[in-house]
Amino acid sequence: MTATAATDLPLWPASTLDHGPFALLDEEQRHRLAGPVTRVRLPTGAPAWLVTRHADVRQVLRHPGLSADLERPGFPLLRPLPPQSEPDRQGGFIRMDGEEHSRLRRMLTAEFMIKNVRRIEPLIQQTVDAALADLAAAGPPADLVETFALPVPSIVICHLLGVPYADHDFFQVRSRTLLDRTTSMELVRAHAQELRDYLRELVVARHHDADGDDLISRLVRDRVATGQLTVDELVGMALLLLVAGHETTANMIGLSTLLLLREPGRFAALRESPHRAAELVEELLRYLSVVRTGLPRLALVDAEIGGQVIRAGEGVIAVLSLANRDPEVFDDPEEFDPYRQAHQHLAFGFGVHQCIGQPLARAELRIALVGLADRFPTLRAAVVPQQVSTRDTSVVFGLNNLQVTW
Amino acid sequence: MSQVGVVRVAVDRGRCCGSGNCVVAAPEVFDQDDTDGLVLLRRPEPPPEAAERVRRAVEVCPAGAIRLTSTTQP
Repeated sequence: MTATAATDLPLWPASTLDHGPFALLDEEQRHRLAGPVTRVRLPTGAPAWLVTRHADVRQVLRHPGLSADLERPGFPLLRPLPPQSEPDRQGGFIRMDGEEHSRLRRMLTAEFMIKNVRRIEPLIQQTVDAALADLAAAGPPADLVETFALPVPSIVICHLLGVPYADHDFFQVRSRTLLDRTTSMELVRAHAQELRDYLRELVVARHHDADGDDLISRLVRDRVATGQLTVDELVGMALLLLVAGHETTANMIGLSTLLLLREPGRFAALRESPHRAAELVEELLRYLSVVRTGLPRLALVDAEIGGQVIRAGEGVIAVLSLANRDPEVFDDPEEFDPYRQAHQHLAFGFGVHQCIGQPLARAELRIALVGLADRFPTLRAAVVPQQVSTRDTSVVFGLNNLQVTW
Repeated sequence: MSQVGVVRVAVDRGRCCGSGNCVVAAPEVFDQDDTDGLVLLRRPEPPPEAAERVRRAVEVCPAGAIRLTSTTQP
């Protein structure tokens, strides 16, 4: 592919301006990106293959020859990668392949499994109740994002990791710049460094006192002290969990609330049938799919995806959000249907990198939404969906704020 | 009348990434190890009424760590 030809390719991520928060593409974009496998141009100017069908996205994300290591030459980046020192490269297992990846991930799988998340449900409930009290005190009207959607998952992940929530302004601001694909390379580098320095201090302090019942203390005690894990690796893992642990769920809570409030019956159903909330959460995850720019992979071998041969060295973007609206799998996929069987959705990704925190995210969403409907039965949005301010350039889509009243 | 096949389940802990999706789909058949979070098979030959849930577990397993084999009863 020559550079001249690349400029004629449709740009990915597609602009989301004027779509409102619930439509993924407009008609023209849909036409240009119809696929099933389409050649696109990334913001860096590099070409890549865009994969949008459910079956193909599953195949890409489960393919052992498609790498998640974003430092490999030719990796389809959405923004240039700042240079990283060797210690800073450690522990971020989201960008590792094979054994290197599973070695670190397996130190965490038991932490986030369903039965352990069930044990911390009372903590999630308490956190939700306290945030609802704050919301009641702040309004009406009040910003749901700032007073409820963001604090709930932030407080929970801080508690689990052993990070003081009092520092939330510091890490929330920096998490957001790391996830925004328009952030300059210099700022990404500076903010990642500041977060690592901050977490390193917490880890080092645990060397003197690792009695705590939090994840960082446990890993210091069981893995670092025993020589299975280095401090640099633990810092990288903690950084990944801290950022991924609050931004994603926070954005899901904000978007879900706006969506459910569009039809009063949907919101009321949360209060009337809380036992069905788990099903509803699956459809919210499918329909809203907050990781909308997709998951990038680099082909290390030739691979055939959706009838298209992807050559070794070429980049692939697996678009979870479009796969979640594939008519082959979901009837009337553009319709939000609260109690459809949406369990096949790919909102948490697929393959060995699938979200490790998904049981936690599901529990937080369910408890937060049921709690909100219970405490504020007359809740309504003070803005129309087309006017809300959305995070169009973040890797995790969401609302900047959501004014609500009751 | 045709014979009813028995579904046998096999799991590959080497491939498992501990997503827990199988436990959500069919809790009577799958569990997760308390120490490493990886899949544990509770019932290698699940009862017929669990067959649909087991098939769903195979479908939602992100790592492809669950296999089904059917044997036809004599």
